[in-house]
Amino acid sequence: MLGLNKRDTRFLIIVILLTLFTPFLLQPFPEGSAMAQFNGGYPDLMAKIAIFGIFAMGFNILFGLTGYLSFGHAAFLGVGSYAAVWMFKLLTLNVFPALILAVLVAGLFSAIIGYISLRRSGIYFSILTLAMAEMSYRLAYSVLTPITNGETGLQVRDTDPRILDGAGAAQYPNLFGLELSTSWDWRVLGHVFTFNVGFYFCAVIAIVMFYVSLRIARSPFGLVLKAIKSNQTRVNYTGMNSRPYTLAAFVISGMYAGLAGGLLAVMDPLAGAERMVWTASGEVVIMTILGGAGTLLGPVLGAGAIKYLENIFSKINEQVLHDWFSFLPDWLADPVVWLASRFTGEGWALTLGLMFMAVVIFLPGGLVEGGQKIAGWFRRKPPADGGDDPEHHPKPAPHVPHMANTGD
Amino acid sequence: MAILEVKDVSKRFGGLQALKDVNLSVAENTVHAIIGPNGAGKSTLLNCLVGKLMPDTGSVLFQGQSVLGRKPHEINQMGISRVFQTPEIFGDLSVQENMLIPVFAKRDGAFRLHPFETVEHEAEVIDEAMAALEEFGMADKRHMHAASLSRGDKRRLEMAMCLVQRPRLLLLDEPTAGMARANTNRTIDLLREIMERRDITMVIIEHDMHVVFSLADRITVLAQGMPLVEDTPENIKGHPKVKEAYLGEAA
Repeated sequence: MLGLNKRDTRFLIIVILLTLFTPFLLQPFPEGSAMAQFNGGYPDLMAKIAIFGIFAMGFNILFGLTGYLSFGHAAFLGVGSYAAVWMFKLLTLNVFPALILAVLVAGLFSAIIGYISLRRSGIYFSILTLAMAEMSYRLAYSVLTPITNGETGLQVRDTDPRILDGAGAAQYPNLFGLELSTSWDWRVLGHVFTFNVGFYFCAVIAIVMFYVSLRIARSPFGLVLKAIKSNQTRVNYTGMNSRPYTLAAFVISGMYAGLAGGLLAVMDPLAGAERMVWTASGEVVIMTILGGAGTLLGPVLGAGAIKYLENIFSKINEQVLHDWFSFLPDWLADPVVWLASRFTGEGWALTLGLMFMAVVIFLPGGLVEGGQKIAGWFRRKPPADGGDDPEHHPKPAPHVPHMANTGD
Repeated sequence: MAILEVKDVSKRFGGLQALKDVNLSVAENTVHAIIGPNGAGKSTLLNCLVGKLMPDTGSVLFQGQSVLGRKPHEINQMGISRVFQTPEIFGDLSVQENMLIPVFAKRDGAFRLHPFETVEHEAEVIDEAMAALEEFGMADKRHMHAASLSRGDKRRLEMAMCLVQRPRLLLLDEPTAGMARANTNRTIDLLREIMERRDITMVIIEHDMHVVFSLADRITVLAQGMPLVEDTPENIKGHPKVKEAYLGEAA
């Protein structure tokens, strides 16, 4: 189906189902129950997971496939957001022009930064991208304030021209009139499931982008990218010029980032420079590694895990902790709450750090490797050959089995 | 007819004269060995041939065209392939995928953006890669991770990757360095097979005299950046100057 073999088609269908049923999967606990605060099925969070999933998928094309670790990808996210908001201000609040411009501007911007940064590889490349992104961030606050509106951030206002929108047009980002903030609640057996237009819009785009990255990974182009990661010298001595390949990978991943930035603006029509700060670039690196760099699903899982946990942990304040530990005697409860509160609420980054360390040390292949190991136990086979999906493996060796079909 | 002409090539690194007025003429479909003691300039010369180094003076002509100033991928496309001292293969990829890359490179040239084709559907490319694996006796290992191959098999794979592109000239940089004698002999046999089966010229840089005398049609002896003698293996063996250069190094 769609130019994929059976295994990849099954893989894609699973991803589609998982994405479409996210409102159920992230809402496992009944409303009002003690566990309800672990529910993550609200539109804002689900859309963020889809958006950062797209961002991480694109980043993975550059980092996971090609082996170039960029520390400046948040710049393209920010540029995408600005471009989208400008489209909202100038043309229309319909999301399509905004997203198209976001992708194009981010593509152009990444072509320039990529052209300069890709003169070097390894750590020098990483530092160059970091410097470029940090410069963009500083420029957004200083010289470029007429475009970025500085610290206030770029917002949609009633006074904006919006030349394509008529008098009765929607006042919020919309799909040809259907506002993205529209939601339906479905109450059943004490659960509340929310279906939101914005989330499903992001989800459909995420599925399409996942399909695109799957096709890229299976293409001769993707094979060359993997070869560049493995041994760039040999690629050059084999008659291929690795520079345009790495630049293409850079621009593609920049366009993914721009799309993600555009979608952020679509869900919440404002853009600020803080989206481009270097810790935001670091976050996508952590998402990709946490999920499993080089695998197709890993970065999406990593983005989902981080955004979900960020939301859940940030909500756990001292009051919640006191309720949880109220069964303890007072002299014990207070220190326990004090300790736990360091890792929750504002201190959630500490938990993320510990989690990241644990994954890097014990599961270098990320969450995908963890999933594989668990699947291996269930099959009572050693996990090394347990992986069912070819991409669920940090090393590309398992691509081969399905290639054998044509080779034999 | 000479396929490769090196004329008056000199290269200086700071105070070190690495190459001085090197002249070399390699006849088509022969094996030309370059030998010499450590520091004689063998690797510098090879790097000048593949575009990694730019000589200070002189010219290098391949089939009448200059190779100087060209990038490695351009030189490859002119028909020159290179085998490295330690096999340069794609360790993260399978043996079959390793073979696909040079076939794609031959078909697509330096760059082609083809993100929506599928490797699996490229039957012709896969067939050609498989034929080459078959030819080099590696077809049964096609699903193996290239990094997990034995050293000898890595060398074999690297040569197969070079030869599937049908180069006119193959440059080998100490192809048997660090190998046990049995493996060295296998490599010699492999190179002999290749010479019999194909129209190809080889330039070998080698330390091991056994390899050189088993393969070479002509030998150039380099010493201190200068060609000492160039002759057939028989004549080189007893040449007083060569003995002196090597004994001088030993003493």
